[in-house]
Amino acid sequence: MATTLSPVLSQHWDADRSWTMATYEANGGYAGLRKALAMAPADVVTAVKDSGLRGRGGAGFPTGLKWSFLPAPDGGPRYLVVNADESEPGTCKDIPLMMATPQVLVEGVAITSFAIGCHHAFIYIRGEVLHVYRRVMRAVEEAYEKGYLGKNILGSGYDLDVTVHAGAGAYICGEETALLDSLEGRRGQPRLKPPFPAVAGLYARPTVVNNVESIASVPSIITGGVDWFRSMGTERSTGFGLFSLSGHVERPGQYEAPLGITLRELLEMAGGVRKGHELKFWTPGGSSTPLFTAEHLDVPLDYESVGAAGSMLGTRALQIFDETTCVVRAITRWAEFYAHESCGKCTPCREGTYWMKQVLARIEHGQGTMEDLDTLLDLCSNILGRAFCALGDGATSTVTSGIALFRDEFEAHITGGGCPLDPAASALFDYTPRNRRADLQTLSGVRPGTVGA
Amino acid sequence: MTTTTPQTSGAEQAQAVPQVTLTIDDVEVSVPKGTLVIRAAEQIGIAIPRFCDHPLLQPVGACRQCLVEVATPDREGTVRPMPKPQASCTLEATPGMVVRTQRTSAVADKAQHGNLELLLINHPLDCPTCDKGGECPLQNQTMSNGPGRSRFHDVKRTFPKPIAISTQILLDRDRCVLCQRCTRFSEEIAGDPFIDLQQRGVRQQIGVFDPAVLGFAGAAPAEVYRGVQPDGTPVDASIGVPARDAAGPAGDAALDTSGRPFASYFSGNTVQICPVGALTSAAYRFRARPFDLVSTPGIAEHDSNGAAIRVDHRRGVVLRRLAGDDPAVNEEWISDKDRFAYTWQGMPDRLTVPLVRDRGEDGTPGELRPASWAEALETAAEGLAAARGAGGVGVLPGGRLTLEDAYAYAKFARVTLGTNDVDHRARPHSAEEEAFLAHHVAGSRMSVTFADLENAPTTLLVAYEPEDEGGIAFLRLRKGVLAHRNRVFSVAPFASRGLERLDGTLLQAAPGTEAEVLDALAAGAPGALGEAADALGADAIILVGERLATVPGGLTAVLGLARRTGARLAWIPRRAGERGGVEVGTLPALLPGGRLVTDAQARVDVAASWDVERLPAQAGRSADEMIAAAADGTLGGLVVGGLDPADLADPALARTALEKVGFLVSLEVRESAVTRLADVVLPVAPPVERPGTFLNWEGRPRPFPQALTSTAMADHRVLDALADTMGAGLGLGTLAQVHAEIDGLGAWDGERAPAPTVPAAQPPAVGEGQAVLATWHLLLDDGRCQDGERFLAGTAQRPVARLSAATAAGLGLSTGEGLTVRTDAGQVTLPLAVTPMPDGVVWLPTSSVGSAVRATLRVDAGAVVSVSAAAHVNEGEAL
Repeated sequence: MATTLSPVLSQHWDADRSWTMATYEANGGYAGLRKALAMAPADVVTAVKDSGLRGRGGAGFPTGLKWSFLPAPDGGPRYLVVNADESEPGTCKDIPLMMATPQVLVEGVAITSFAIGCHHAFIYIRGEVLHVYRRVMRAVEEAYEKGYLGKNILGSGYDLDVTVHAGAGAYICGEETALLDSLEGRRGQPRLKPPFPAVAGLYARPTVVNNVESIASVPSIITGGVDWFRSMGTERSTGFGLFSLSGHVERPGQYEAPLGITLRELLEMAGGVRKGHELKFWTPGGSSTPLFTAEHLDVPLDYESVGAAGSMLGTRALQIFDETTCVVRAITRWAEFYAHESCGKCTPCREGTYWMKQVLARIEHGQGTMEDLDTLLDLCSNILGRAFCALGDGATSTVTSGIALFRDEFEAHITGGGCPLDPAASALFDYTPRNRRADLQTLSGVRPGTVGA
Repeated sequence: MTTTTPQTSGAEQAQAVPQVTLTIDDVEVSVPKGTLVIRAAEQIGIAIPRFCDHPLLQPVGACRQCLVEVATPDREGTVRPMPKPQASCTLEATPGMVVRTQRTSAVADKAQHGNLELLLINHPLDCPTCDKGGECPLQNQTMSNGPGRSRFHDVKRTFPKPIAISTQILLDRDRCVLCQRCTRFSEEIAGDPFIDLQQRGVRQQIGVFDPAVLGFAGAAPAEVYRGVQPDGTPVDASIGVPARDAAGPAGDAALDTSGRPFASYFSGNTVQICPVGALTSAAYRFRARPFDLVSTPGIAEHDSNGAAIRVDHRRGVVLRRLAGDDPAVNEEWISDKDRFAYTWQGMPDRLTVPLVRDRGEDGTPGELRPASWAEALETAAEGLAAARGAGGVGVLPGGRLTLEDAYAYAKFARVTLGTNDVDHRARPHSAEEEAFLAHHVAGSRMSVTFADLENAPTTLLVAYEPEDEGGIAFLRLRKGVLAHRNRVFSVAPFASRGLERLDGTLLQAAPGTEAEVLDALAAGAPGALGEAADALGADAIILVGERLATVPGGLTAVLGLARRTGARLAWIPRRAGERGGVEVGTLPALLPGGRLVTDAQARVDVAASWDVERLPAQAGRSADEMIAAAADGTLGGLVVGGLDPADLADPALARTALEKVGFLVSLEVRESAVTRLADVVLPVAPPVERPGTFLNWEGRPRPFPQALTSTAMADHRVLDALADTMGAGLGLGTLAQVHAEIDGLGAWDGERAPAPTVPAAQPPAVGEGQAVLATWHLLLDDGRCQDGERFLAGTAQRPVARLSAATAAGLGLSTGEGLTVRTDAGQVTLPLAVTPMPDGVVWLPTSSVGSAVRATLRVDAGAVVSVSAAAHVNEGEAL
């Protein structure tokens, strides 16, 4: 039986002015909070734990378990921080969610905070998305006006303040400890663990850091119940998730479906790969996950199956590339992203991404050597698992898997003196390729002799 | 009284910590719980390469060089490998852990090789011209186990070289491996984070706040340091660093003399701990190769902390000094003064041969001329013998002597000159202070140690600024504040920058009211006084500075407070020789070991040891009294050691005294205000040219060997020769003789001096346009021991005058405007910094450029001075 869509978070995205409190309430909004406030906080934690909800930010750590790691209350503050710093190429689920129905996030924040005994929650939003920042701010204001936030929420005696904070535009701040440093006003770089945020997080107090989609899923678990939630997905990857299809696909967008759905099923719903073309490669979970090909169309998109197939479910950012796409070019763009966004704290990521970017650019422009491919693979092995945080590992995923899957194409660039494919053919819009001369300064991206270079 | 370290208090002994047993490269090792794997490996001689790791800094795990393979037992006890290699500098050893380093693990070896290659891809590989070449961890590790050749064929990231972080510290960003040792030092140890990380990724760099580096719109690129001029002239501050801080306005008080925000008294340590050649010092840049240098351990001569240093010289010229490693004293840190202020001893005005002044037939003094040692000693001996008959000879050894030299002065005065007129205190002092020193300090060594400063939950500072008056004690106090949340209280007119960084609590006291404040420290007192009183218990420490000597009743009150609370009391003077002088008796009422001159038994004791019939029984005159006696002609002669008359309470009177005194013998390293007036000048060796021992404020002997080959003689040898010439040898010609004698004297178990009981004086009345003067020395100032080091001088704090807001408003002044402080003797004009402090009090730096308080105003702290708006601030003068 083919899996069908299961719109929960996205159910009312098409409603008129879906982002307003009125629309949200009209569609049963805040029932979850009312129900949760009548429960014991521990029962809310248990419900989420039993639901099997796993973190939707990429790593897939069980959410309820994460909450239960908080030490026993000691009278001091404890915090909930929502990671809304969605910055990875291809990943585009939290931003549409916050634009369309920000109230579901706010409700989730209220329920989660109640469950973990937090009285001040923070939503850390990526700095570049000002429109989302404004929308969430407004949603929080509306929630305060309606008494869903603030003092004595819905007469329960429970108090909660929510602060919406905009980052300053750094991929690293999506790493939870770097996010906490940034939120505290420091330079956003990952912290040494232990202590983990659950023990000493924001302002050195017990802190839960969760992804937007994870928190937004909480109200439905409370209203729908554990069994309803577990009825979707697989045994160990329960529930639903937003699958973001982008690239060479007829109807790109958000497809909310039970975990375990396959790309073949999703592509059917999305009208298939671009007309007249065929699938070449795809990312199952964003640019930090090893590439898949048509061979993997039937891999169930749950944490275990994708892992077993050699990649990661990540953020379910399915970037679809057809046969017109130059895999070297795509991987080089991603590598440039990681070099640009490396925070600089640790050697492997800082230096390795800088080196990788230059080698890839040379290969792309036909100036590579066969030796470069081995160097790249060895370089990746010197970064993977050696960097301070997981972001360094992510930088190597597409390179290693790309060379493994498409070594011929890399070699064709080297032996053929350039890209055998026409970049314009892969574009989804009118595109005139620039004659990008692969001169060395351009490759390094650094002008010599400049302060601050 | 011995020259060895007495038993220390218990705090220095390690407490029992549970042990953890783990296996590293198949070797089992037990370490205290909490030990990092990298340190556990060191214990069994396994060196894991590292750059960011430093045992005195918090782990950061940034460089990733120390990766090792680790397996740990799970709940069932099955040892399971961790999926990734782990940074051994951040990983605590746990029971049963199995660690494989590069020696036994291919994974760890490859990880380390790979990381080293990555560290080198953007490194300029300019070892042949780099100051660090030859002693560089990056170079050494590359040579020993790095890749033979690089696979990196692409474009390196470059930066302009170098930028000046201060006039003293230069940064080559292209060499930096971003280990963050310097920024962590600044934050965790010194507490003055003047540099930090900026930018990200491969452009990440260390630096001061710089809008151009940060890419602020329209910001001009920073001016960069252009090197030392070909003729060897150091660059001017205006060349190397911007005239004003780019970050925007900073208060005058917060600027250093180059006009940038004041950086740090400890910045030199960042140069030393930099594992590459990124941070270099302007003074040493391009001067030498490490393998050409001869290193000798030493002890810093600038203050009473006795920090361990290393003196590096090449062919008889000291080229740099580094911090030594002494966990009990300075750990691995020294102040910039200890590190960079070494040029004074090699200045052109260095004395190398004795000088003798010819006198005309009528006794009119002529010029000084070089003379042989024999002639100079003869002349001195004759002159002193005559002076002894004509009112006696006083001895002013100065406060910078080694223990051995001080002992020789003490014995020379008593035995050769037959007088107790000896006083090493070249600063304002009092009889109350001498009584305090005799009662509490002399003979009680190691009653408070550096470790105690770190561990005492409460420390009360009285008339003592630990950062400006030494530095090392400040670092220890700060370590305790950060690690154990110790509390620091300070009795002072305002909260200094140092006190703020100790998170300290100010017990505000106008000059002269310190005794009153100390007496008011009682349980139930309002505000901070009560808090301090509650916190002061038997485990607390009171640190009192030398400045309290000038507050009548101050030391009496401090002793009273210590008795009342049970807190331990330590005296921390500024100069390196003060503590030793107290111990060996260069005070008018004290013989070696705290024996009292007035105690017959003590005199017999010492006389026996010195093999003389009797010692003078009358307590001698203090330094001030000797100066007064010399000025009015009642003192026949003076023997003066290394002291600057400008440091005395009344420099003008001191000058008169030196001019008028019948016969003046000067023992000096360099030409000075004293040598210019002396009848005989006997050159003596600076610390690098002789071995010796400083006694630091703890009472800990700090022996040091001779660094440079030299014919110069130490003071004790010169005094011994002089005494010989005068007919009665001292038997102190060698260090061994001095030590044997000091050890032979032993400790004194007889009567101690009674505590002083001086009543507190009423604070003076302050009229219209007047204020009470508060003043102390800044660490970097106009002192003679910092001569010849312009780079260091550029980092000194800009001299400012301080008034409270109300007092300033009363004069119509605000921050930055000129304030003139006047007495009958003269005036000082400095830019004003409005500071939270008592009304009617004005603060001046004691001896900074443009602010020679004693020489110009002829007063000291506690005096009433006139304050008014300056006619106009002459910027040049103010600087």
